[in-house]
Amino acid sequence: MKIFRWILGIIILSILAYFNFFVYEGEIIFKLINVILFASLFVLYRVIFGPSAADRIVSIDIFGVLIIGLLAIIGLFYDESFYMDIALIWGLMSFIASLAFAKILERRHLDD
Amino acid sequence: MIREIIGYGLIYIGIAFDFFGVLGLVRLPDIYNRLQAATKSVTFGTGGILLGIFILQGFNNFGFKAILGIIFIFLTSPTAAHAISHAAHRSNIKLDEKTVVDQYAEDNENKE
Amino acid sequence: MSLKNRSRMAVFFLSLLVWFMLTDITDLQEVILGTIVAIFVSLVAGHFLITTEKRHHIFRRIGYSLLYIVKFTWEIIKANVHVAYLVVHPKVPINPGIVKIKTKLTKESAMTILANSITLTPGTLTVDINPEKQELYIHCIDVHSKKIEDNTKDIGNRFEKILMEIFE
Repeated sequence: MKIFRWILGIIILSILAYFNFFVYEGEIIFKLINVILFASLFVLYRVIFGPSAADRIVSIDIFGVLIIGLLAIIGLFYDESFYMDIALIWGLMSFIASLAFAKILERRHLDD
Repeated sequence: MIREIIGYGLIYIGIAFDFFGVLGLVRLPDIYNRLQAATKSVTFGTGGILLGIFILQGFNNFGFKAILGIIFIFLTSPTAAHAISHAAHRSNIKLDEKTVVDQYAEDNENKE
Repeated sequence: MSLKNRSRMAVFFLSLLVWFMLTDITDLQEVILGTIVAIFVSLVAGHFLITTEKRHHIFRRIGYSLLYIVKFTWEIIKANVHVAYLVVHPKVPINPGIVKIKTKLTKESAMTILANSITLTPGTLTVDINPEKQELYIHCIDVHSKKIEDNTKDIGNRFEKILMEIFE
């Protein structure tokens, strides 16, 4: 049963990769951005169906780091350096949010 | 020419490891294993993307911001992982059935 | 120069460097504003960076820092190949558990860097630090033995010698 699900996943991922890299006609950077967006879909799966609250916090933390890479690639395409400013601020806010969520999960106060 | 090959190669490798990390977030069984796979791979992947952008852009404003982003990610991402895992263990989230040994819980029981 | 003033000088130059990385260095306005802000920051919060005297000379510590960065990069590449192998394997061959190791480091900054390095190296994640007893609790994805000495030799000793030279 497990091996069947593994083979099914491999088939679905290879179909998606084929459509992304060989059928879709766009700039090479848009193909790379599509891969990061697929990864964000997996993160959203863990946010929605995660069994416990800690799984959702981990997903939000990982999502913030993925967004940094995505904004950096968009900035490389448009050749504008202010996207990197947005990425740094996003990472800072995401880090503080993860720490605050962790403290709330532990049932401590923020000034502890 | 050689600079573009190295830069785009680093960006490809980074996006591949981002994808593997998010796949680990979906496939592994309990929160600690998910945290391990996701933190390691996504941190390394985003660091690779930013290093590739620094090599492509050279010593200008964009490149220096990418270097700051690398330092920032490598300092904050393990700290957030440590806070979340500590909070999850304090709030009694169960480990997986495959777990062999838990010396942290044994020590906490002896103290109380 | 006293220790506090040396720490304030270090904070001043570091914050000025970060400001020049973020903005344009050829503009005179930015340079003046950055200098004023860096002086303000180093006067208010400058004395937290360096608090104890170190044993070795600064050049020796910089050399060991470069060695540490090379070793850390190699370990992190190994860690990522390991994670990729685990994730694409059909049966997910893991054997997890939380173990305890001992460390010889005493400074808190050195223990923080050690915990962050352990989180990013193959198969390990720091769960808690006990600074008084010098113990670390580590979640391993692949437990080999349950003895403290074996795990200390496997996990902690990879970085401990270099960090001892840098921070103690």
